[in-house]
Amino acid sequence: MNRLSAFRSILIGGVLAIGTSGVAMAAELNLYTTREPGLIQPLLDSYTKSSGVKVNTIFLKDGLAERVKAEGSSSPADVLMTVDFGKLIELKEEGLTQPVDSAVLKAVIPEGLRDPAGDWFALSLRGRVLYAAKDLDLKSFNYEDLSDPKWKGKVCIRSGQHPYNTALIASYIAHHGEAEAEKWLTGLKANLARKAGGGDRDVARDIMGGLCDIGVANSYYVGLMRSGSGGPDQEKWVSSIKVLLPAFENGGTQVNVSGAAIAKHAPNKAEAVKLLEYLVSDDAQSLYAKANFEYPVKVGVAADPLIAEFGTLKPDNIPLTKSAVFRKKASELADKVGFDK
Amino acid sequence: MKGRCVHASPFLLKEMIVLSAARLTSFFSFRVGGRVWITIAALITALVLAPVLSLVAIAWNDTGNLWPHLIAYVLPEAMADSLILLCGVGVLVTAIGTGGAWLVTAYDFPGRRILDWALLLPLAVPTYIAAYAYLDILHPVGSVQSFLRAVLGYHSPRDFRLPEIRSMGGCILLLGFVLYPYVYLTTRAMFLTQAASLLEVSRTLGLRRASVFLRVALPLARPAIVVGVSLALMEALNDIGASEFLGVQTLTVSIYTTWVTRSDLPGAAQIALAMLSLVVILMAVERWARRKQRYATAAQRSRVMSPQRLKGGKALLALGTGLVPVIIGFVGPASYLISEAVARFRFAGVSVTILSEIRNTVMISATATGVALALGLIIAYSSRINPGILSGILGRLSVMGYAVPGTVMAIGLLGPVTMIDRFVDQSAIQLFGRSFGLVILGSGAALVYAYVARFLAISAGSMEAGFSRISPSLDQAARTLGASASGVFRKIHLPMSKSALAAAGLLVFVDCMKELPATLLLRPLNFETLATHLYGEAARGTYEEASIAALIIVVIGILPVILLANVGRQKRAIGSAGNV
Repeated sequence: MNRLSAFRSILIGGVLAIGTSGVAMAAELNLYTTREPGLIQPLLDSYTKSSGVKVNTIFLKDGLAERVKAEGSSSPADVLMTVDFGKLIELKEEGLTQPVDSAVLKAVIPEGLRDPAGDWFALSLRGRVLYAAKDLDLKSFNYEDLSDPKWKGKVCIRSGQHPYNTALIASYIAHHGEAEAEKWLTGLKANLARKAGGGDRDVARDIMGGLCDIGVANSYYVGLMRSGSGGPDQEKWVSSIKVLLPAFENGGTQVNVSGAAIAKHAPNKAEAVKLLEYLVSDDAQSLYAKANFEYPVKVGVAADPLIAEFGTLKPDNIPLTKSAVFRKKASELADKVGFDK
Repeated sequence: MKGRCVHASPFLLKEMIVLSAARLTSFFSFRVGGRVWITIAALITALVLAPVLSLVAIAWNDTGNLWPHLIAYVLPEAMADSLILLCGVGVLVTAIGTGGAWLVTAYDFPGRRILDWALLLPLAVPTYIAAYAYLDILHPVGSVQSFLRAVLGYHSPRDFRLPEIRSMGGCILLLGFVLYPYVYLTTRAMFLTQAASLLEVSRTLGLRRASVFLRVALPLARPAIVVGVSLALMEALNDIGASEFLGVQTLTVSIYTTWVTRSDLPGAAQIALAMLSLVVILMAVERWARRKQRYATAAQRSRVMSPQRLKGGKALLALGTGLVPVIIGFVGPASYLISEAVARFRFAGVSVTILSEIRNTVMISATATGVALALGLIIAYSSRINPGILSGILGRLSVMGYAVPGTVMAIGLLGPVTMIDRFVDQSAIQLFGRSFGLVILGSGAALVYAYVARFLAISAGSMEAGFSRISPSLDQAARTLGASASGVFRKIHLPMSKSALAAAGLLVFVDCMKELPATLLLRPLNFETLATHLYGEAARGTYEEASIAALIIVVIGILPVILLANVGRQKRAIGSAGNV
């Protein structure tokens, strides 16, 4: 009897020890992100709640790739999260990611929105849209129109070197070639009501103030401002604008992504894949829509009504995976035409 | 003692032998002591230089056809803009900084005591916060301009608006009014300890007080002014937040664009190094220009000057003039932050994480400040007791970290830090079969390293300026009396440069607290400071959420300012008692 209980307690103790050490190893996950904590924390909290896995994070901005590269095989990074196709492609090119073979991710994420080899995955979409004064008689808009002299002194936009605009210019190059893009950018520069700069929300504010009539900015800011989460001032700004989904003459709306990849030396790869799979679940995708006002990447999950009212998003026919090669050219063009001067 | 062994001999001979023996031993120990100091200084310099060298390695890589593009479209304008910015800010900080320092040391008027420390307050406001505040306050749609339009009878900002603050002029004014305390602080310390005799002689020779300022006090304070101005200018040159907000295309903005938008890190490193060489050359020229001048006064009977009492209109004028920089550099942005933070607090409360962010910020900044002060002291003292080319070079090299934009410096630091980290980690795996993670990056030590490498220039520079006030005759006397190099340091230099030490400590602490790019890149997982929190909110455009963190940065920055003011005041009291 006594011996048996001793044996049993050893057994139980051993199982417990193995069990807990197993849990201790799997219960944490390290995430390096260029997405701001305020945007992703709700998603991570909800994941921790449902899985019991603690997600350690570090918010890095421009040096994410440099840091992971420098840490090399000792890097604790499991998941790398960032925005912009160009950045995701770069992570792969720098050899910082590893391919993932996940049936879930493949089934949920449409083909153009993930790396063919499985090195990165888009998790949400946003459009580069047009903010226009509410009373303006404007039903549709093409990106090409931005250089139309009739908008002289009426356009507001942020810096030409900001990744959102670089991606837009790169798309323009992909559609029309470099020479045309330069003409267009020169025309757009001539139309600016104020020096290029500030943030995307400033476009709404400046339209309210009567400084400009139209401007280019990202779709989700409208949701953030309209929902009131930005405070009463921003609700006022956004009440003065309407949003149009512009398109290229022979294409659709310029769409960019937020996405993630598994780090090459991820110490907790299996857990990392689970996190990605969670991020494309119905729950997480509707959080992306409701908390961040992004377009879900998963078909069947609805965009937030504040965003859905812009109309149906028709992404451009030249995907950003293709136009991303023009990013450097785009940035040089912005220098060349003195866009920010 | 040794003289005793000499047998019966005339008194004079005995004396001579004692003296020469003492001189011999002192000479020997001086050499040894000096060598230890300079070896340590060389080690420190190597640590600071490591990131710069790693940048050189990065810059070595191929950058394709970057330079033709830069030369054609970017550099001419960026260089011109940087130059105009530096000249403008340089003139402004010198004028406000030295003028303010003279006002509170040469004159006495009601409110002077408050002004004395209030003039330091803009130090607590990071330039990026000040830029954001003024952009919002003076926005064409903001309250100031709307009010003006209402008064003047205009309806739309298209009909009437003030000159754009997002311009070179706006940027110069803003940086000038926020950065002048660097000059004020170093110069004020100089004026406080400046020998009254010199100033009084110039007065008796018929100079008016204003002329004393321009022709005697100012030239005498040149080392301090240079330290202050070069600190302010390097801040201005390396600034990315404010310039970007205010739309000024400086070299640093080009570095940033080259790296981030065009993914060309080697190219960015090349521009950064070119900029660094320019800074080093400029600083060398300045040193060379004052190579033959000496600034220390004879140690004995040096009194501080007694301020002249002002009354009535003159007193009011003095106070009013002195308050202008305080209002523009501090009161404006601070009251803006208060009103924003209150609005935010009412709207959404305050997040609990802010407490841990405060703790992290203070802890890491204080640690780095302690280390930077200790190392700065060593550098400054070693160059004092070994006044040679070598120590001169070491002194100059050790400040290189400050002449590189923080972002670039942080990237440079990644190399050396992770090299050690990976070595330790891999050895651990080989020896113990398990990983301990990244020792330096994971513990936050990398942050301390980054802050020290970056801000050593401040502590070493201030200490050097402080030491330059101590007459070498004091060192010589102490050494003749048998004190060792370390003993002189402990008993003379340290006590006599307390206020310089305090000033350096304040500057470094506040700078660490405001530092963003290195903090962002080199901190451990789950580690937020006030600055990174602020940036995280600002980066997604939710500035209003950042206002509380911004306000706390400013408030914590005020505390050391007040502490420092007290040190200064004690110094003044001691000074007037004639003990200095």
